[in-house]
Amino acid sequence: MSKIVVVADARSGRIKKPTLEAVGAAVDLAAKCNGSVVAFVAGADNAPAVADLQKSGAAQVVSLRSPALASYSGDGYAKVIHAELGKHAPSVVLMPHTAMGRDLAPRIAALLDAGMVSDATALHFEGGRFGATKPVYAGKAYRKYLARRAPFVATLRPNVFEIRSGGGATTTEVAASIGAGELLAVVKELAQGSTDRVPLQEARVIVAAGRGMRGPEHFGLIEDLTAAFGPGVGAIGASRAIVDAGWRPHREQVGQTGKVVSPQLYFAIGISGAIQHLAGMRTARCIVAINKDANAPIFKVAHYGIVGDAFEVLPALTAAIKAAVAH
Amino acid sequence: MEIIVCVKRVPATDSKVKIAADGRGLDPAGVEFLMNPYDEYAMEQAIQLREKAGAGTITVVSLGGADAQKELRQCLAMGADKAVLLDDGGKPNDGCSTARIVAAWLKTVPHELVLCGRQAVDNDEGQFPSRLATLLGFACATEVVALTLDGKVFRAERDIEGGREVVACPLPAVISCNKGLNEPRSPSLKGIMAAKKKPLDTVAATAVEPALEFVSLMLPPEKPPGRIVGSVQELVAALRNEAKVI
Ligand SMILES: Cc1cc2nc3c(=O)[nH]c(=O)nc-3n(C[C@H](O)[C@H](O)[C@H](O)COP(=O)(O)OP(=O)(O)OC[C@H]3O[C@@H](n4cnc5c(N)ncnc54)[C@H](O)[C@@H]3O)c2cc1C
Ligand SMILES: Nc1ncnc2c1ncn2[C@@H]1O[C@H](COP(=O)(O)O)[C@@H](O)[C@H]1O
Repeated sequence: MSKIVVVADARSGRIKKPTLEAVGAAVDLAAKCNGSVVAFVAGADNAPAVADLQKSGAAQVVSLRSPALASYSGDGYAKVIHAELGKHAPSVVLMPHTAMGRDLAPRIAALLDAGMVSDATALHFEGGRFGATKPVYAGKAYRKYLARRAPFVATLRPNVFEIRSGGGATTTEVAASIGAGELLAVVKELAQGSTDRVPLQEARVIVAAGRGMRGPEHFGLIEDLTAAFGPGVGAIGASRAIVDAGWRPHREQVGQTGKVVSPQLYFAIGISGAIQHLAGMRTARCIVAINKDANAPIFKVAHYGIVGDAFEVLPALTAAIKAAVAH
Repeated sequence: MEIIVCVKRVPATDSKVKIAADGRGLDPAGVEFLMNPYDEYAMEQAIQLREKAGAGTITVVSLGGADAQKELRQCLAMGADKAVLLDDGGKPNDGCSTARIVAAWLKTVPHELVLCGRQAVDNDEGQFPSRLATLLGFACATEVVALTLDGKVFRAERDIEGGREVVACPLPAVISCNKGLNEPRSPSLKGIMAAKKKPLDTVAATAVEPALEFVSLMLPPEKPPGRIVGSVQELVAALRNEAKVI
């Protein structure tokens, strides 16, 4: 029987959607290979995370605890997780493609001398081998890989895989043997953004704007539309052109050299739709383009479009969304 | 300080993707290749660190085919002291084999700091830097947007969901560079002339088999054209009743 281990990103002490989706993907993969799913979480106090993982569909939850793991250390976490993986001999190790997953999963793969696929949008089990498919070349193509040997490691793109639920997971507490003196790189400070702001990759709705907004002074219109969806739902995105121009902060940039996002709903307002921008958002479930140029390439990937001046469309759209959300 | 900068030759992001006849790879005909954009941040950071320290050597390395000499020359023109092509004939490597091959070569040269890009924009993997650090037993900070060296410890900042974290990363280290870290310089004419006289060595890459099989490369399914709607009311109704996203 194959074991599939999901390593949780529990940086905030809780388990967020991308990890639950990774467990969901593991449950679906386990159904194909007659396998079982084990969720790992590492930290100093894992109680809230363990409670979340017990309901995630995993059969077993392993809590790796040590005071030395209170703040994230890529090498420290990799070490204790790798030691524990030895007891499970997994066929597959999964993580969400979050800031922690991107840093940690390759380390685990290196310790296992395993093949790894980043940012996977599909998982495979074929002829006894595991693998994954992922977007490549700025999303202009997809590449399918199968592992030549076990184990196989992958990080999974958020908002692509379904969350499953379950109960009755057994929980194993492990006192991880690692001392603070063994850690190399350690997180020293965490500057959280304001709490009412939803992180771009976790937002259900992204209102992204580009050079068509003419200047940073007009972003009240974009903020109003974002707020119209209600608290905790929307986030503002930006094209590189306006980030480079200093209108918006780097962290809001969507695209190949920015963030890759996959929300339920993505508004591209005054964004032309350059290929590097599309690389960051084309897997969004629903894309709405608002642009005054009917030939703008963004309309090729949009599900719905309005050809018009953003300055006229936005106030009416914000009012209409507010009314719709209120019902 | 002995600084190594890792650069990869990749297709320009705006090039058109055609699938090769074998269905597994990219048809390179008509595709422009250039230095991975994130590696320019790594190269710039190396120069700035050397300038600040007033001493140090920058060696730039690329694993790939002979055509990667073009990108290595570009780095020499930017200011690297020497370049090494780890020649594998241009065959496809995965994150596992790339990191092992480069780690094997690093055993033969002095190195205290390895600078990489955040990810290579061909396969967008972002695996190599932390894999390499793990193989070397080095500290590592990935996707770094701000970096200062205080004695023998870097203070590296990276964006995470909803915030920014500060990593204390002691030397020897691997750092992967993100957009925002610096503004890469363009090679000057003087730099380009000087680059012609700088050493560019070719070393045969150690043979390591990838852990993954590259099964197929596929174009995304054709998306049916979207619908242009005439009013915001029509749009909101469609979002609610058809797309079911609000
Ligand atoms: C290596 C590399 C990496 C890159 N990475 C990224 C990346 O990560 N993300 C990214 O976004 N870009 C990236 N780019 C840049 C990209 O190529 C484009 O230059 C950029 O996305 C353009 O931004 P924009 O759409 O805001 O501006 P423009 O291309 O100038 O488009 C503005 C649009 O606004 C429309 N408009 C104007 N006025 C109005 C109005 N009143 N109402 C409605 N519409 C209006 C116009 O019709 C036009 O379509 C990268 C480029 C390179 C070379
Ligand atoms: N073949 C290669 N030769 C040299 N450096 C590489 C190679 N592949 C990846 N790198 C380095 O690792 C970074 C991340 O690449 P990747 O993990 O492939 O996305 C790149 O930005 C380069 O700095």
